Amino acid sequence: MAQNIGIKPVSGMARTLYRTMGLIIASGIMALALIGPASAKTGVVLAITLEPPHLDPTAGAPAAIDEVVYANLFEGLTRIDALGQVKPGLAERWVIEDDGLTYRFILRKGVTFHDGASLDSSDVKFSFDRAVAEGSENAQKGLFSAIETIETPDPQTVVIKLTRKEGLFLWNLGWGDAVIVDPASAETNKTNPVGTGPYKLDNWTRGDSIRLVRSSNYWGQKPAMDSVTFKIIADPSAQVTALLAGDVDVVPNIGAPESVAQFEADPRFVVTQGTTEGETLLAMNERRPLLQDVRVRKAIQHAIDRQALIDGAMFGFGTPIGSHFAPHNPAYTDLTEATPYDPEKAKDLLAQAGVAPGTKLVMKLPPPTYARRGGEIVAAQLKAVGFDVEQIPVDWGQWVSEVFKGDHDFDLTIVSHTEPLDIGIYARDDYYFGYDNPAFKTLMSKIDTVSDPAGRNTLYKEAQRMLADDAANAFLFQLAKVTVQRKDLKGLWQNAPIQANDMTGARWE
Amino acid sequence: MAGFISHRLMMLVLTLFVASLVVFWVLELLPGDAAQLLLGTEVQPDTLAAIRAQLGLDRPALLRYGDWIGGLLTGDLGDSLVYGIPIWDMVRDRLAVSLPLAVMAFTIATAIALPVGMVAAMQRGRLTDLILMGFAQIGLAVPNFWFGLLLILVFAVLNNWFNAGGFPGWQDDPVGSLKALFLPALALGVSEAAILSRMVRAAMLETLGEDYVRTARAKGLSISRVLFGHTLGNAMIPIATLMGLQFAFLVAGSVIVENVFYLPGIGQLLLKAIFERDLILVRDLVLMLSGFVIVLSFCVDIAYGFIDPRLRRTQ
Repeated sequence: MAQNIGIKPVSGMARTLYRTMGLIIASGIMALALIGPASAKTGVVLAITLEPPHLDPTAGAPAAIDEVVYANLFEGLTRIDALGQVKPGLAERWVIEDDGLTYRFILRKGVTFHDGASLDSSDVKFSFDRAVAEGSENAQKGLFSAIETIETPDPQTVVIKLTRKEGLFLWNLGWGDAVIVDPASAETNKTNPVGTGPYKLDNWTRGDSIRLVRSSNYWGQKPAMDSVTFKIIADPSAQVTALLAGDVDVVPNIGAPESVAQFEADPRFVVTQGTTEGETLLAMNERRPLLQDVRVRKAIQHAIDRQALIDGAMFGFGTPIGSHFAPHNPAYTDLTEATPYDPEKAKDLLAQAGVAPGTKLVMKLPPPTYARRGGEIVAAQLKAVGFDVEQIPVDWGQWVSEVFKGDHDFDLTIVSHTEPLDIGIYARDDYYFGYDNPAFKTLMSKIDTVSDPAGRNTLYKEAQRMLADDAANAFLFQLAKVTVQRKDLKGLWQNAPIQANDMTGARWE
Repeated sequence: MAGFISHRLMMLVLTLFVASLVVFWVLELLPGDAAQLLLGTEVQPDTLAAIRAQLGLDRPALLRYGDWIGGLLTGDLGDSLVYGIPIWDMVRDRLAVSLPLAVMAFTIATAIALPVGMVAAMQRGRLTDLILMGFAQIGLAVPNFWFGLLLILVFAVLNNWFNAGGFPGWQDDPVGSLKALFLPALALGVSEAAILSRMVRAAMLETLGEDYVRTARAKGLSISRVLFGHTLGNAMIPIATLMGLQFAFLVAGSVIVENVFYLPGIGQLLLKAIFERDLILVRDLVLMLSGFVIVLSFCVDIAYGFIDPRLRRTQ
């Protein structure tokens, strides 16, 4: 209609319009592009996936807290190093008495908290008493369960008596949940953390970043970086663009393994693959009559092609495992050959057990890539031997309340167990997968009483074999830690013996 | 007018009340709780019980609903279950990102869509119309987050003119903050402009066909006087309605673009709160956003009165 009423084509107007709009947008971009400082490299910026809810490692379980504060802000009596070894922390040295129950720790001299308060033995006693107190928010009270008494004969000495021998006691004290805090600041550590570490909190822009700066009164060697900034980037593809744009220097645990090839080809970056403590399982609910039958569980393990799973779901990152143990541990024994991919054998076992083809299994899958992508492949592999697997994606809240707790309403689930040296979960009563083997429980209680490492390793190997023989779960692979970083950034942890970003050794070269 | 406003206000209160019931009871059905997620799988039962009591999760649902509404009426949004800090502080920080972002995106969308729609309408069927509407089609078809990724590639990765994302904060770096919002605002604004420009064109075409426009032209009024004096005003009602909806979407619904640019906005906060079962925060946010949408549509209704004098009289 418009033409009929005599409005003539105003091509001049259109042209002006294009030009003006183009000019506005272009000049906006140029103007904004020119502002903003160029940064000199005296600090380092990391991308982390999840923002910690607060910064007190002695309250709550989120790994995101330790990823920021461990070794950087807070320290414990011992610390765990890049290779997973226990090293002296705030305790300069220690003596274990012959009974194996009494530990005498000698604290370092001249240690102060960020607020200037000095550290003495009473702070250690306070910290551990606080952790186990009723109403405490410590999510790992179990670490301290063997402690009977804590004595402080002088300001530099702490004597801890245990009720039972505990081979992992020194390791336990190296966890983030066991760091030493000051009574004066303990209650406000969540928002205003005061520790003894080489870095202190500078600024927390919620939702965006947490910035630590070097503490002037650190007792030990001054770290090379002036500042460490943790940038919260949840989206895997945004992590990739942030690296490419130079906004972050390192993504310690990249969420987009498909982008790794791109970084490997880029001379500005280095990609490293390290180990973690994450045993990834296809856990089976042994409360279900079908899965109580060891033949059915073995059939499921034989139906799974671990390498195809690693290649398909994790772009090749991960190490196949045959039992619940980390391959980098000295006590590890490789049992993948004992339970190989063998679909024909799986079908035989199912026939023996009288399982009809088309039997339904419900598999609940939490959010991580290993579970969601892995679930697709596992479902297809189980289909090939005759199961009909229904995949149900769940978020962590649902997973905890439906699978881990409550009615344990699942047949299968894929989950990575990231606690270090956690084979003991198979000895627990009524754990979520419902494995119940008295012989295994006996073996585990025996391990706790053996303090000689070789003897322990032999028992751990026995335990691994027992779980593989029972097909307690289907064991898939050890999660890898894939780090993408600027090439000239050195001194980061390649492996993840605990979930932390220890930046004390980081430097530019 | 007073009757109109008081009627609208009553509707607002009633809608918010119904929304509060729905958001509270629907979230009650969601499995999982914040204390368990915070404390992890290795927590001892007594610790879990203590924290649940501390957070008030062990109280009956009806009481918690009462507490929540009572708090809201006295202006207290409560504390976040997960972060343990006042929710208003968190929301205020996030609004400082989301509102300016929405305003910028909205400005960009309007600045593009109004002229484009008007020119396309006047050039209907000609090459200019074809080109402009072709672009609008593309704008509709391209998801805003993908356009955002393209912008990042061009302006942050290939040319280091912008950061790929993040938000430095208004106090620390006002200019940097403005800069941080520009690319996401462009990504959002262009997509919205595509929708809006088609609407502007259609509305203009409709009014351009009316008899009074022909009469106006016949009595010798210039094109621009017809356009701005007669047509635009009449075409504005459907356009204003759409703009109101779009602004509400830009404040609450830009979560994907926020993710791509890792901006700490309202959408991201809501998403995170749901995953962490920070139910108080989820409820406050949902209620706040629904209240915002209702107030906004209320404002649009009032604006009709200014655009169209007839509506003013009949009300």
